[in-house]
Amino acid sequence: MSPLVSIRDLTVRFAGAKTVNAVNGVSLDIAPGEVLGLLGESGSGKSVTLRALMRLHPEKRTTYGGSMMVDGQDVLGLSGPALEAYRGKTCGMIFQDPILAFDPVYSLGRQISEAIRRHEAVDEATAKARAIQLLERVQVPSARRRYDAYPHEVSGGMRQRAMIALALACKPKLLLADEPTTALDATVQIQVLLLLRELQQELGMSVIFVTHDIGVAAEISDRIAVMYGGRIVEQGPLADIMTDPRHPYTRGLMASTVRPGMRGQRLEAIPGMPPDLTAMPPGCAFAPRCAQANAACMVAPPPLVSQGNRQNACIHAEEPCVAA
Amino acid sequence: MSLSSLATAAPPVPTVPTAARGYWLGVARRTLRDPVTMTCLIILALITLAAILAPWVVPADPYKTSMIRRLAAVGTAGYPLGTDELGRDMIARLIYGGRLSLQLGILPVVFALVIGGSLGLLAGFVGGKTNTIIMRTLDVFYAFPSVLLAVAISGALGSGMGNSIIALTVVFVPQITRVAESVTTQVRKLDYVEAARMSGASAVTIIRVHVLSNVMGPIFVYATGLVSVSLILGSGLSFLGLGVKPPEPEWGLMLNTLRSAIYINPLVAALPGVMIFVTSMCFNLMADGIRSAMDVKG
Amino acid sequence: MHTDIALPENVDRGGPAQPLLLVEGLRKHFPIAKGLFGRGGGAVHAVDGVSFRVEKHEILGVVGESGCGKSTTARLLSHLIDPDDGQIIFDGEGVGDPDGITVRELRRNLQMVFQDSFASLNPRMTIEDSVAFGLKVQGVSEAKALAAARDMLDKVGLEHGRFGGRYPHEVSGGQRQRVNIARALAVNPRLVILDEAVSALDKSVQAQVLNLLLDLKAEFDLTYMFISHDLNVVQYISDRVMVMYLGQVVEIGPVDSLYGNARHPYTRALLSAVPSLEPGVRTAASPLVGDPPNPVNPPPGCRFRERCPHAEAVCAAAMPELAAVGDGHFAACHMADPSSGHSAAAPEMPS
Repeated sequence: MSPLVSIRDLTVRFAGAKTVNAVNGVSLDIAPGEVLGLLGESGSGKSVTLRALMRLHPEKRTTYGGSMMVDGQDVLGLSGPALEAYRGKTCGMIFQDPILAFDPVYSLGRQISEAIRRHEAVDEATAKARAIQLLERVQVPSARRRYDAYPHEVSGGMRQRAMIALALACKPKLLLADEPTTALDATVQIQVLLLLRELQQELGMSVIFVTHDIGVAAEISDRIAVMYGGRIVEQGPLADIMTDPRHPYTRGLMASTVRPGMRGQRLEAIPGMPPDLTAMPPGCAFAPRCAQANAACMVAPPPLVSQGNRQNACIHAEEPCVAA
Repeated sequence: MSLSSLATAAPPVPTVPTAARGYWLGVARRTLRDPVTMTCLIILALITLAAILAPWVVPADPYKTSMIRRLAAVGTAGYPLGTDELGRDMIARLIYGGRLSLQLGILPVVFALVIGGSLGLLAGFVGGKTNTIIMRTLDVFYAFPSVLLAVAISGALGSGMGNSIIALTVVFVPQITRVAESVTTQVRKLDYVEAARMSGASAVTIIRVHVLSNVMGPIFVYATGLVSVSLILGSGLSFLGLGVKPPEPEWGLMLNTLRSAIYINPLVAALPGVMIFVTSMCFNLMADGIRSAMDVKG
Repeated sequence: MHTDIALPENVDRGGPAQPLLLVEGLRKHFPIAKGLFGRGGGAVHAVDGVSFRVEKHEILGVVGESGCGKSTTARLLSHLIDPDDGQIIFDGEGVGDPDGITVRELRRNLQMVFQDSFASLNPRMTIEDSVAFGLKVQGVSEAKALAAARDMLDKVGLEHGRFGGRYPHEVSGGQRQRVNIARALAVNPRLVILDEAVSALDKSVQAQVLNLLLDLKAEFDLTYMFISHDLNVVQYISDRVMVMYLGQVVEIGPVDSLYGNARHPYTRALLSAVPSLEPGVRTAASPLVGDPPNPVNPPPGCRFRERCPHAEAVCAAAMPELAAVGDGHFAACHMADPSSGHSAAAPEMPS
């Protein structure tokens, strides 16, 4: 089966006082109905990649390279009405802070109906009925009443669910989720994650779920891709990556994540800091912080090498792990 | 989140650094690089210098009338910008006029900045009843349109430069207080002010060290924008006969007296208006430029 | 210890058995303005009868969700806001009492590190000035304060030569948080309240800062109150843990006892809501429905009963008190109190 999303050598650069190399050669395939967890820290390029898929970056300042194909459409080649049709219908997005995604002067339900009517030729009454159905589906209690509520009148968890309803209004094939649960309390977070899982299975959507939290990624993903310095450093099925990380950065990330049972031990922190995206080193972006780095690592960025259904970008990955 | 490779390194010899030095240097640097702001700055500097050094810049006497030479056109020999309705040299009138007009523009804003800024800081920082008393009292003044208020106060006090300046100051105090109070309230809620309270600092120390430098910026920019308003309002007061009295040159007054000449020599009649326009625009654009210079971090 | 500083050394006045901080019946309600004169709108019961102790040299973890009152409690303890009711006793002496310690003295002994590392630092002051400010306020000379600030910056891993003269926007989030820690420790306090201090940091940076906090605790003999919503981090770093819900303490106890054998239904729900880090184990059902409720005008009785699967009539009638469920482990639930009349409560042991 051909992949729904096919990204090849994507680069994204932002012009400014200094050029920011946010994404430096990302290649990804996502099958229909698959959930990919995109894991990384600040500055890794995960959110930029996601927004590039929706072409949300300011056109004047942004330079794209490579190609992105979603459902057979060349995303970088779209413009005007074709681009507007793509956004929402083929590809939906949910954001971290729902209060920013909603217009404060219109009711939640109205904004969902508006999205429906934008993409399908239905009248207002039908759109409203569908919107209320959607709100019920995302477990908003008293959906009919909440249709008329304004974003500031409902709680954070409710808003996030309304945003999910908005994104799914036109049954997109691809859902992009940019840290949607980071700002939520633990008990609300798990509800939203379970909801997303249910909806994903019901609608058969592909999902790209960006997060910095390994636990959250583990709850929802089928596969994981780890990003660092604008590149993918490791990719593979969830269980493989979590139990047997091969890239030094992934290992460092797993080791430094606090989990039960670590009490009393010193945390293994990754020394140093993320790279400066305006001045990327010529070789591997992680080399300055890596205990296994040698001269070969500084020369050129290591290629993404496949090992079965996994990939990683480290020339030392074949060797046994050297004690850091 | 990455380490910036900025050049501001620690000084080699440990001296006692003053607060806020590097930030204002950055603002100055960015301002110098902005062509629009720099052009306005230069124009204003020229106008101001010309006004201050008027006796040396202008050979002609702004008060010397000559009924034969009334309303000479621009470019007449000996009178490059023509003469007004009483035959006085326009260049001299304009440059000497700059003295009074600029005072009318700048002084009320400076006074209002001091008074309004203090009131706003107090209201914003203390909050509660003090805030309510100050702000609601000022709301009464704020409710009047500025022109009417200026005219009313000027009329009550009588004409003359001093009274105009007082009237304009009163008009501007509520506006500056509002901005000051709003910015102070925001800053007061920030964690670093709380952290300063946690170290046991007194309110005065906190205002002096932490609040003032962070609040002065936006207030100052707002005030700079007010200079052009003050200029126009002041000229308006003179136009109405409430400010400067003839034969003193002042741009607004000159606009009034040249009114009747508009059919005979429209170019000369418009000149004082041009000066008001240019000066106000320059202050406005400069304020905008400084504001954008202040917005950028690092 | 800072031996070359002008500030007097910390004296353990109360002795080892005296808790460093004793809080009794702390209460803070924020009235909601309604109507013409701002009355009659009810109140936000941010903190409603909170009592607990912080022992010397321990780390007390505080967990809870939005609206539970943990941040308000932190601000009440540091006297940034005034309590409506209740007592705060620091090392045996009441704060603000005529024969106790003054608020100014408290400020020397109790410091706080806030969540937002950027908003915590004056953008117009250099890092070393920010760190030295607290000392100057306490009366230390400019030169000595600066020297102490530089020393402290070195201790938190920021070389004062490279970083001292920088401004907050010129360093990263993790480094800024180190500066905040340096500032809090510069005045040589005994208790440091960390209010979500590592929550906004990347996980790898968080690990560095947690290691630093533990090192500094050992070096300077500190006591911490660690407020966080991240249950894994709290389990890692705390000796005892306190769980708050809607302005009240619902459970408190030693970390292993609380995490291993939670007795309050809310604590259990909270612990099961944390995503497991095992790839094969996935949460099947949400432990709780609905959102954390509003602390405005809470209903009578147990505040958790509307979301509790074990709620009974007695829960609406009476507010549960903290009852002992283990060694030093207390839970405020009728099920844990044999005399409450709840059907699931363990019967009283025959004496």
